[in-house]
Amino acid sequence: MGAQRKVGTRVSEDQEDLARVPLQAILLADSFATKFRPITLERPKVLLPLVNGPMIDYTLAWLESAGVEEVFVFCCAHSKQVIDYLENSQWTSQPNFSVSTIESHNSVSAGDALRLIYERNVIHGDFVLITGDTVSNMSLTEALQEHKERRKKDNNAVMTMVITQSKPSPITHQSRLGTDELFMAIDPYTKQLLYYEDKADHLKGTISLDKILLVDNPSISLQNDRQDCYIDICSPEVLSLFTDNFDYQHLRRHFVKGLLVDDIMGYKIFTHEINSSYAARIDNFRSYDTISKDIIQRWTYPLVPDVKCFGNCTTKLDRQGMYRALEIGQSRSAQIGPFTVIGNGTNIGNDTKISNSVIGEGCTIGSNVSIEGSYVWNNVTVEDGCKLRHAIVCDGVIMKSGAILNPGVVLSFNVVIGQHFVVPAYSKVSLLQQPIKQDSDEELEYADQSSGVADIPSITSTSDQLNGELISKLSERRSWAASEVGTGGVGYIWSVCEGGHEEEWRHSVAPIPADKLAEVMQTTDDELELSAQDGNVLPPSGELKHDFDSEDDDNEDSRDESVYFEKEVEATFLRAVNESVKEDHIILEVNSLRLSSNMTSTDCAGALFYSVMKLALETAHSSTSELLMNAASLITTWQKLLKYYLPSVDEEIEVILKFEEMCSEFAKEFSPLFAQILHLLYDKDILQEEAILAWAAEKEGADESDKVFVKQSEQFIHVSIYVHFLFHNIFSDSMQSCMWSFASSMLTS
Amino acid sequence: MPDMQVLVNDFATKLKKHEFGGSHAAARLTAELLRSLVSQQRLSYGDQAEALIEAIRAVGEQLIAVNPVELAIGNIVRRVLHIIREEDLSLMINDVGELKLLAGSDNEDIVEQNDNPVLSVATIGARSILRTPSLHALLEYSPDSAAVHHTSSGGDCRGKYNSDKSARSRKLKHEVIEAINEVLQDIDSCHEQIAEQAVEHIHHKEIILTLGRSKTVLEFLCAAKEKKRSFQVLVAEGAPRYQGHVLAKELAARGLQTTLITDSAVFAMISRVNMVIVGVRAVMANGGVIAPVGLNMVALAARKHAVPFVVVAGTHKLCPLYPHKPEILLNDMRSPSELLDFGEFSDCMDFGIGTGDPLLHVTNPAFDYVPPELVNLFITDIGGYNPSYMYRLIADYYSADDLVVQRKPTP
Repeated sequence: MGAQRKVGTRVSEDQEDLARVPLQAILLADSFATKFRPITLERPKVLLPLVNGPMIDYTLAWLESAGVEEVFVFCCAHSKQVIDYLENSQWTSQPNFSVSTIESHNSVSAGDALRLIYERNVIHGDFVLITGDTVSNMSLTEALQEHKERRKKDNNAVMTMVITQSKPSPITHQSRLGTDELFMAIDPYTKQLLYYEDKADHLKGTISLDKILLVDNPSISLQNDRQDCYIDICSPEVLSLFTDNFDYQHLRRHFVKGLLVDDIMGYKIFTHEINSSYAARIDNFRSYDTISKDIIQRWTYPLVPDVKCFGNCTTKLDRQGMYRALEIGQSRSAQIGPFTVIGNGTNIGNDTKISNSVIGEGCTIGSNVSIEGSYVWNNVTVEDGCKLRHAIVCDGVIMKSGAILNPGVVLSFNVVIGQHFVVPAYSKVSLLQQPIKQDSDEELEYADQSSGVADIPSITSTSDQLNGELISKLSERRSWAASEVGTGGVGYIWSVCEGGHEEEWRHSVAPIPADKLAEVMQTTDDELELSAQDGNVLPPSGELKHDFDSEDDDNEDSRDESVYFEKEVEATFLRAVNESVKEDHIILEVNSLRLSSNMTSTDCAGALFYSVMKLALETAHSSTSELLMNAASLITTWQKLLKYYLPSVDEEIEVILKFEEMCSEFAKEFSPLFAQILHLLYDKDILQEEAILAWAAEKEGADESDKVFVKQSEQFIHVSIYVHFLFHNIFSDSMQSCMWSFASSMLTS
Repeated sequence: MPDMQVLVNDFATKLKKHEFGGSHAAARLTAELLRSLVSQQRLSYGDQAEALIEAIRAVGEQLIAVNPVELAIGNIVRRVLHIIREEDLSLMINDVGELKLLAGSDNEDIVEQNDNPVLSVATIGARSILRTPSLHALLEYSPDSAAVHHTSSGGDCRGKYNSDKSARSRKLKHEVIEAINEVLQDIDSCHEQIAEQAVEHIHHKEIILTLGRSKTVLEFLCAAKEKKRSFQVLVAEGAPRYQGHVLAKELAARGLQTTLITDSAVFAMISRVNMVIVGVRAVMANGGVIAPVGLNMVALAARKHAVPFVVVAGTHKLCPLYPHKPEILLNDMRSPSELLDFGEFSDCMDFGIGTGDPLLHVTNPAFDYVPPELVNLFITDIGGYNPSYMYRLIADYYSADDLVVQRKPTP
């Protein structure tokens, strides 16, 4: 082994001298996830048809067109099926493009896979790391060039990640591919990746960056409108890194984050952004839907059904994105809508309507069927009067007449749905029983060999064997509960696993229903949106400049901001008054405003007080006494709110200052009432005597003009001092109120 | 033969990926491929011509199926098939002549010695007759050759010329390869041939409008410039590929007064234009043309202002098919990312929200169909023709049996 490795390193050293090293790629033909269950229990994900061609063909076609010459396909789950497929496919006979498979039965993660490949010692230079469910048409030349140049300058630049622009929905906080919102901090000049967080949802709208990042990098661009394409250009070191860190399992969660936080080795990851070309990975049913539609809309050109660099079935494109294979039987009265793909040998009956759907090869579709936004794979029989909306129907399924599939349904292989049975939304039906034990930690697509499903040798010969299997299975347990999938139906409805239902609608093929969206909007209003009124937790991409020159600007900005903030608080308060919102809610809203404008609670107190007083001023009044009455009633009503923001003396002083400012600047009407209102505030326990005293003390050294209000309230202050003195020195707590009433009476008299 | 299959497959994959620049390159490469196919074909038994035709047809079928939109490939395949038929025919005429000549003699050796000069002379004669694109010549000779064909298929003659089939097959192959070389030469020289006629069409102080970039147009304009004609060229940029920008640069580099305009400004400018000269992708049998997108608009504008609309095209672009729904069936729907960046517009395409129907759809057809009524003149490497004369040219270049290459082979 040691000797072997020596050879390997020698080769890599010689690379500089060699004119050209063949570009290699590692294709992981296993997603190490369970998102496509129950389908993936019977067939590996990479062989699932995507617009009538196995996913892996898209990936291989791209690799070939991108100039990759040697591909190592790592097979784990259903490895036999993958290997058989590849052996019978055209890929093994391509000139200048070799596909070899690496089989493993005990790898449970991408990390294990890469460790195994490292042991095989087949990778000699930079390689492309990709999963077999990626669809792309990008050109690798530029990214490779960048990667190589960086490598020449800095040997620690081990990886280049391909990213693309895609703004996540502000409501669901997930991208159009159904993946979680992704936050990335990137150095805008070097394109170095500094921070990567794809589970930001759990952090409830906050992300934290290490301060070191700001110190080390003059500018950082924090972006949440980027999407990870899961196409990586790696240096051979990546493999050894996986071997060194045997706990790395997940490519992103462990490896990328591990490298980012590890500053001992100093390995760096860079990004390459693509704009016009397409790259996306099928991660869940939602991305399956999205990417299928992108393919139909030709964004993946030339990987589109009528050009397709693989397969030999000719498909013609008609107007409005209607793709039809040459040999289909279509009734005259059938209506095939836009963005539809019909596979070879499919028959469609009278008055059937199909729109936005993909129909596979050899399907039989009866009359009066309505298919909308669904993916029907090969050799499916849909009898008369069925309705399919946003469903996935796998090979060999039989839908008896009148059966209805609600949005989000997934029917796995060879399921039979009984007559007039309505499959509930988001349910998954399979011939296999749901595994009882879900090892959620491992997230493993690997089929349980003991569950009775033998690996199916090859796609072409599956149907017979599967049928045979099916029959034997049927004879085993003849009694399918009619309640499961209707009379004459065959299959188990999988129950939704723990906590999964929340996620079900997020990741299904069906568009998110309006009521769900409203619900999410509601919860975000209650929780997340607290931090921002306009729905932006963070601006989509802003550069946090670490610049000392711009301090003046900052001051300017902050003034503007505080004015804006005051306005916002006032608006919130007025709304609260008008719509009689609960105090708690106002507090929440003001808090969120505070967070979003980056203000202190002192500012909040000032702003709130300001709004209360302004409201008092704006309420109709004829005399100063009436104004005082107004103010008093308002303060009484909102005293709890005001008090909430005045936890300490500092805030209270701020309020007094604010009030003073008001009186002297624009609310002159208040100036004669200053002392009275101050007293009132004191009475209502909103202000403490310490604050008043501190304020007076602060004003001691000020100009005469500034002292107007201090003088005006001199009497009150003196009383306060007196009371304070008494309170702190002589009297016990119980005497306080007594003392106060005395002082008050003295003051008013 | 296996290496041949590799070659064909390689060609097919290149074709799939649209690696060829244009129809000119595609035509050239197809001709070269077919030439090597013919030269490697082993003709061991039976009717050599028939076997050769079958082989070419099979490959042609495969290539056309790969990219049915690239009509030049089909054109070349059909031309090669036509060549084989003609050469076969001329050899047969020779055989018949030779049979007549040797009616009294039984000596095979003398035949072998004598036939060569006679045959070659006869071949040249027959070929010159058959290849002359003249209606008169064809009318005169076709009944004769048909009669010859009948006699040759008669049983008594067959045994006779099976004996010297190896020589004949070599001859046939040789002749066919020669003829394909001629086709290749035609393709190579078509630009010059067309450009030679430029002086007749472009006059002093004229304003010429073109759209997109075409090598033929470039050479055509430059040839006129070389003949000291001074004129101005308006180039419409040809969105979304903006090949017009390239052409404008090339024209300016060659010293032509060039003005670049947007496609949408064509109608505004057309009243000042004396002639529209454009290159096309293919010329259909009815005289309609498949041209870069935007040209139908230009043709309509030209018609509105009675400006002559002239198409320059080499004969390899002449397609013997009649267009049926050409906007769809003979079009290439290209990637929408040529029009706009996917990244910027991806948020408009979140299928998770709403009904799941795509609301934004971007179509990017590569070609337009210009009906023959809008074309005033075709300038080909063999002269200028009216659209209504196209069918005639087609009869000269293609044989009616080959119009449908994708015919299912009879068992």
